[in-house]
Amino acid sequence: MSKPKPLQILTANHLTRGDVIYWSGHKWSNDPASALLFCSEERAKEALNQVPHAIAVGPYLAPAEAIDGKARPLHFREIFRSLGPSNYRHGKQQEARHV
Amino acid sequence: MYNYTDFDRAFVGQRNHQFRAQIARRISGALTEDEFKPLRLMNGVYLQLHAYMLRVAIPYGTLNSAQMRKLAEIADRWDKGYGHFTTRQNIQFNWPALTDIPDMLDALAEVGMHAIQTSGNCVRNVTADHFAGAAADEIADPRPTAELLRQWSTDHPEFAFLGRKFKLAVSGSTVDRAVLQAHDVGLQIVRQGNERGYRVLVGGGLGRTPMLGKLLRAFLPEADLLPYVESILQVFNTLGRRDNKYKARIKFAVHEHGINAIRKQVEARFSQQRHTFAGNDRQVYRRIKADFAPPVFKDAPLDTYEAERRNNPVFRAFTDTNLTPHHAAGYTLVTVSLKAHGQTPGDASAVQMRLLADLAQQYGHDELRISHEQNVILPHVHKSDLPALFARLRHAGLATANVGLASDMIACPGMDYCALATARSIPIAQQIARRLQTREREVGPLKIKISGCINACGHHHLGHIGILGLEKSGKESYQITLGGDAGNSAAIGERMGPGFAYDQIIPAVDRLIDAYLELRATAEESFLQAYRRLGSAPFKRALYPETRLAAELCHAL
Ligand code: HEM
Ligand code: SF4
Repeated sequence: MSKPKPLQILTANHLTRGDVIYWSGHKWSNDPASALLFCSEERAKEALNQVPHAIAVGPYLAPAEAIDGKARPLHFREIFRSLGPSNYRHGKQQEARHV
Repeated sequence: MYNYTDFDRAFVGQRNHQFRAQIARRISGALTEDEFKPLRLMNGVYLQLHAYMLRVAIPYGTLNSAQMRKLAEIADRWDKGYGHFTTRQNIQFNWPALTDIPDMLDALAEVGMHAIQTSGNCVRNVTADHFAGAAADEIADPRPTAELLRQWSTDHPEFAFLGRKFKLAVSGSTVDRAVLQAHDVGLQIVRQGNERGYRVLVGGGLGRTPMLGKLLRAFLPEADLLPYVESILQVFNTLGRRDNKYKARIKFAVHEHGINAIRKQVEARFSQQRHTFAGNDRQVYRRIKADFAPPVFKDAPLDTYEAERRNNPVFRAFTDTNLTPHHAAGYTLVTVSLKAHGQTPGDASAVQMRLLADLAQQYGHDELRISHEQNVILPHVHKSDLPALFARLRHAGLATANVGLASDMIACPGMDYCALATARSIPIAQQIARRLQTREREVGPLKIKISGCINACGHHHLGHIGILGLEKSGKESYQITLGGDAGNSAAIGERMGPGFAYDQIIPAVDRLIDAYLELRATAEESFLQAYRRLGSAPFKRALYPETRLAAELCHAL
């Protein structure tokens, strides 16, 4: 049996803040859980070309899985990007504390 | 120290003004990222994993208290209250918004600092021995030379778009603390008879293909410095591989053409253009040198210092590891470790930076240095002031007595910040420091250096124990090299074998230390000496005990 292809999310860094953002289907969001999950690679690639780029620096696709219907990146680099650094509670983990 | 002239101020001001406009054009959409990237890199701005990063040059590692205070202010106002000191005598701010960077740069300009040429394919921030102008073993202060090179290379039109980055380091001592052999050009101030000049090394560099610098010229008269270095860069510009960025550093040209061919070409260029430097460079050099006149040292009795050393074991421990002999009587260099066990190597909070500025002003002739080993140095402290200084450092968590010991590690930002990383470095450094804390004095001098990818910003090749973080099958994996060294007996470490998973690397380092303690001939034999005497075999066995078991079983059968 061939391994099922992973889902994809579309991510970038914000033009002025520099923080990690995700394509939620209609806008760029800084919440990883709101990332739109693409089931087909073709659709994901199409979206990569079509999404608005003005505030998104270097958008690319990253493999992800769905947990309770929410996106979670698969690769450890992407997991770190979705959380923040491990030496201080900065980045998204800091933002999360405020919500 | 060097004082900015009106020309310098105007230049930096103009550059900031220009970059402010470039940022505005980027935000308005007039510039694409592809167009903007080379512009931001020339001004020290990277886009990292979680944010932009601003890399600010600390030329030859020298700061005064006003500059250190300004770095603290920037950290508080536009960053998250701290800064990261790097192996290239820069400070990195990890969290600026692009829109704030022009104001940060203007704030830096107020104290004669900038971020120009801290990135990109140009001559980078010129580094120097961090004990410059103070060490007892110094022949001459390397900073006037470094400053002359900085002025010559800043915005030099011929060298603004080199094939690759170009790093210069200068030392004024017989003891190499500037890692000269890991630089594109390393200059060591030497004396020949009554004349002062430079020993010139070329072709060193780390990265994916580490190479140690080779001797280009045993003695270059002081007056010939700029025409000679310019000749080296011209030869690099001609021979450097612009077709392949992985082979573009001058080390590859030296390797491919051979040092003799490079020397011949450099000398030919040099004899052609030497006369075109009509002496202005010497005038500038003399002016710079006057700026680096040593402070007026004081005379004071040492009884309080001696008494404190006798009576306070914590103070004594600090003085045992963190002091270096000074050329002036009664004085010492004080290394303030930014490696408190469990902290991020090289990070200083704004509060700590302000305290260091105050201490420099009060006890240190207003001078500070940043070392490539990611520590801060108070270069001119009279020993009679040490007890008071120590008490204040201790209060701020800055009195860690571990300089030169296992926890005094170099670690790059790795995958906690760096977009190029293949694994994390910081948590590895934190865990090793905690793990070895109780026995590092027994272990003695040991340099552990960690990089989060093959680019080797953490100098892992030069660590007695080097750790390189890689990715293997979708997981972090750490490779160990042993026997590397920086300094006079520089060597590239030898790779031991398969990498270790994130949760296996700390036990592996622990096994290495156990093995060393068991193997060393005497308590005085350092890890590196033991390794050089015994070779890699016993250390490999300690690292891979299961393999040994398997091999022994095979023999038995
Ligand atoms: C955070 C963003 C950084 C990026 C994108 C970056 C990038 C690189 C790259 C691409 C190389 C390899 C160059 C080559 O072999 O030609 C390199 C080497 C190096 N970098 Fe970094 N680096 C970063 C941070 C640092 C930091 C934090 C330090 C100091 C702790 C540092 C110091 C060095 C040193 C010493 C080398 C090796 C020496 C050499 O061969 O030039 N870099 N860096
Ligand atoms: S060694 Fe790699 S991970 Fe570490 S700072 Fe350099 S480029 Fe980044």
